[in-house]
Amino acid sequence: MHRTLEDFVRALRANEVQVSPAEAIDAHRAVAAVGFAERTLLKDALAVTLAKNAEEVTRFDACFETFFTRSSLARGSTGQASAGDADLETMILSGDQAALAEAIEAAAGRAGAGEIQLPTQRGPIARRVLDEMGLRALESRIQALREVGSRAEAERLAEGRAALFRDAQTFVERQASLYAGQTGRRLREEILGRQALSSIGEEDIAAMHALVRRMAKRLAQRYARRRHRARVGKLDVRHTVRRSLASDGVPFNLAWKSKTIEKPQIVVVCDVSRSVAAAAQFLLLLLYSLKEVVERLDAFAFSDRLVGVNDLLDDETVEVAIALILARIGYRPTDYGRALEDLFDHHGPRLDRRTTVIILGDGRSNYADPRLDLMRRLSEQTRSVIWLNPEPQTYWGQGDSKMDTYARFCRVAKTCATLVELERIIDEVLRTHLPR
Amino acid sequence: MDLSSTQSAPLASVEAIIEGLAGVGYIASRRIATALYMAAHLQKPILVEGVAGVGKTELALCAAALLNLPLIRLQCYEGLDESRALYEWKYGKQLLYTQILRDHMGPALVDAPDLASAMARLHGTGDLFFSEPFLEPRPLLQAIRAPGGAVLLIDEIDKSDEAFEAFLLEILSAFQVSIPEIGVVKAVIPPMVFLTSNNVRDLGDALKRRCLHLHIPLPDQKLEERIVAARVPAIEARLRSQLVAFVQSLRGLDLRKLPSISETVDWARALVLLHARSLDPVLVRETLNVLLKFEQDIAAVEPRVGEFLAQPPPPA
Repeated sequence: MHRTLEDFVRALRANEVQVSPAEAIDAHRAVAAVGFAERTLLKDALAVTLAKNAEEVTRFDACFETFFTRSSLARGSTGQASAGDADLETMILSGDQAALAEAIEAAAGRAGAGEIQLPTQRGPIARRVLDEMGLRALESRIQALREVGSRAEAERLAEGRAALFRDAQTFVERQASLYAGQTGRRLREEILGRQALSSIGEEDIAAMHALVRRMAKRLAQRYARRRHRARVGKLDVRHTVRRSLASDGVPFNLAWKSKTIEKPQIVVVCDVSRSVAAAAQFLLLLLYSLKEVVERLDAFAFSDRLVGVNDLLDDETVEVAIALILARIGYRPTDYGRALEDLFDHHGPRLDRRTTVIILGDGRSNYADPRLDLMRRLSEQTRSVIWLNPEPQTYWGQGDSKMDTYARFCRVAKTCATLVELERIIDEVLRTHLPR
Repeated sequence: MDLSSTQSAPLASVEAIIEGLAGVGYIASRRIATALYMAAHLQKPILVEGVAGVGKTELALCAAALLNLPLIRLQCYEGLDESRALYEWKYGKQLLYTQILRDHMGPALVDAPDLASAMARLHGTGDLFFSEPFLEPRPLLQAIRAPGGAVLLIDEIDKSDEAFEAFLLEILSAFQVSIPEIGVVKAVIPPMVFLTSNNVRDLGDALKRRCLHLHIPLPDQKLEERIVAARVPAIEARLRSQLVAFVQSLRGLDLRKLPSISETVDWARALVLLHARSLDPVLVRETLNVLLKFEQDIAAVEPRVGEFLAQPPPPA
């Protein structure tokens, strides 16, 4: 039965239940302890050893149900001696369903149905399974019977053949859902991650949201780890000596140094104007995810004027928040100068040495006064200014872009056009440019 | 395999576990019992997850009662470190002893010819102050040294720091700890370990890999009725199914904190105290604060109480 368990582990992996080799060994030990005889016991035992969180438990249950259907258990109990040898015709004529099911499985093994990678391979593989079972022989037999004139027998065989088609198809479907159900989606997500943010179509937006949310979660985890500095105390000698005076200089009460962690202050300013319209969605998504990652973050969005969007991001779900923000100030001509003015008006006193300012935008200001003086002030007054631009660097300074001039005042100015880049850069920013 | 062979008729089979746990007042689903069974046979810790109040800690308490072993509990919190969890040197005692011994030090060393031999004599007394009598065992060490085995409950592991989690790895996989001054302490009988988590943060893969994973979901009507019956025996059957049905329908709502088993049980107790025989809208409104813990939730549910009560209770 080891083979079956190996296959099951492979199916689990394909269904996004992570199983490490060590866990696979545990699974074998678990099976050794409970045996295959009792289905629920086996299921529960494997579930507690293999599935490691609530979502994985759900996926595990589904996968288990598909994998250990009656037929694959039957194979285990009856052994494989009877299967495969019998002739396809005899099996159909005798109506031996169990033998047929076993024959399908055996043929599937030879045809490599378990190695199925993509859902689109279903058709060809089903065909190959049937070929392996001796479909050709069966067809010529039907042909021969028809020519001879024994219609009844030919019809029975033809019926059996149709049933066989269905069975083989269902079997391969099941294999596909076991081993290839997720690959298509994964492939699509990988492509989406590398696609330019500005060129992502309506139909992919839901998938993108899911991706960004996962990215935010990953970042939150990584970043949260770093924020907790170990507070292993060092002896505070001064205090200890002072306390020891009470006990005649014997230091009974120790005092430890403690380190207060300075919370970073982050201000994020996001451009949602017409020129970045396509990317604005995702810049806002990013803003939203950052908000989840970093505890103290002030979020602003602007086109011609700048508004605070903290409350919106806190109270609404990401889809609603984005729609509301875009409805309120989105898609208008940009004015970076004006936005900077507003930033200083609303938030001026709080822009200090502890603040990190992250600007998301293309730096296209419609030939309005870019207010470089304010930009200079911003960079002098704050800890650092980080600018993430969806446009490639070659476009910076072209046309109405002031990015090349703005970039001078930034500690970091980078292009981030795809989700993958976005994640990398944000990770880098969080790691290296924020106070800890 | 000690656990399964020597002291554990209670752990002999999944059915025996379900029965045994029911005997100590814990109504376990098959999966919970299987997890316990596997833990005993594979000697692995169980990581129990689920929303607050679903019976994670209770499971450990009842398992200890079932196995008749002492329960040693380690409550995790941010900043928990080795000295609180594993062991500590009794600093005060060490200091006191050095003060007392100081006076005896002079006479003992007075006949030493030179400094080197005085030093040698001091070394002869060895690591006096770093020995067993000065060791203060904390929960983890207690559990490992427990002579007859123990049930170790590491509660809310997700509240502790990453570093602490990493530190747990040695204990959880090998059931041993290294104390530099003394050496490696290995468990004679490995304790049965429960870790609970509320998912405040995701745990590391290394830790998860060393554990069996048990997710306790909110129970269905039938199971919950049995739990209430076990916990609040005084309640009448009709009221019980009515109140469980009410709670079940609340779980379908979009509330900030869904009522879990502990709230149901509390509510049942409250109703018994009030001598209630069946639910009526007034009574429900008056006692809703036992069930729901947020003002917004209460405000959302209150106007719909009648509607939930009107639903016919499912057949028991």
